[in-house]
Amino acid sequence: MDADKVFKALGDPTRTKVLDLLYEQNGQTLGQLCEHLDMARQSVTQHIGILEAANLVSTVRRGREKLHFINPVPLQEVYERWVRKFEQQRLSLLHDLKRELEGD
Amino acid sequence: MSNEKTSFVYVTYIRSTPAKVFEAITKPEIARRYWGHENVSDWKPGSAWEHVRANEQRTVNIVGKVVEVTPPTRLVITWASPSQAADPASYSRVCFDVAPYDDMVRLTVTHDELEAGSGMAKGIQQGWPIVLSSLKSLLETGHGIDVFAKPKAASGSTA
Repeated sequence: MDADKVFKALGDPTRTKVLDLLYEQNGQTLGQLCEHLDMARQSVTQHIGILEAANLVSTVRRGREKLHFINPVPLQEVYERWVRKFEQQRLSLLHDLKRELEGD
Repeated sequence: MSNEKTSFVYVTYIRSTPAKVFEAITKPEIARRYWGHENVSDWKPGSAWEHVRANEQRTVNIVGKVVEVTPPTRLVITWASPSQAADPASYSRVCFDVAPYDDMVRLTVTHDELEAGSGMAKGIQQGWPIVLSSLKSLLETGHGIDVFAKPKAASGSTA
């Protein structure tokens, strides 16, 4: 929702690991995620809460289970806001360099 | 081919109204502005729908059936490549859930019953984040983003 929350959520190795785990296999339960993380279940819950607040993880209830899904939409927004314009700038620099070298 | 299925859940928050978000999905003249495609159907349960590229070729890129329509909160459609339209197993399912959230709308796109590892599963993983980001941009700023943009080099096919 806002970029600050996204950057904060990404600035922690446990949370990026959770995202990696969900990228490998989407829709995992808390228990499944905990199997790959060497920390208390409660701590994992807190990390997931921060990822949810940043809208990087969404959850779906299926029966008695709560499944966690990676949600890359905020990353796309960050990309649009922070990455793409620099790519464009780099492209135009290359374009200028080409003109300079080749003469126009 | 394995029969393992996979699913994806995409969520975005948009400063808009449920009615506008629903229209943006179902009205071709709006969808073409952020999706580069039009979703064409009479939007009645059981009807066909087509995902048509909004250019001169009018290529049909996705086909399916309308499963459930509850404007402006829910739309469920099936989803397959036209080349596999004859194979019932190739159809996946897309649910759009539109809910008010404070002064915004929470749009959830659930794409499930996808064959794990298939080209379609890979394609939609790249596609949905861009499309939803572009939809948000259009409704909030009046401008979509170029969904066909590539990270490198000049784009040749973005008519």
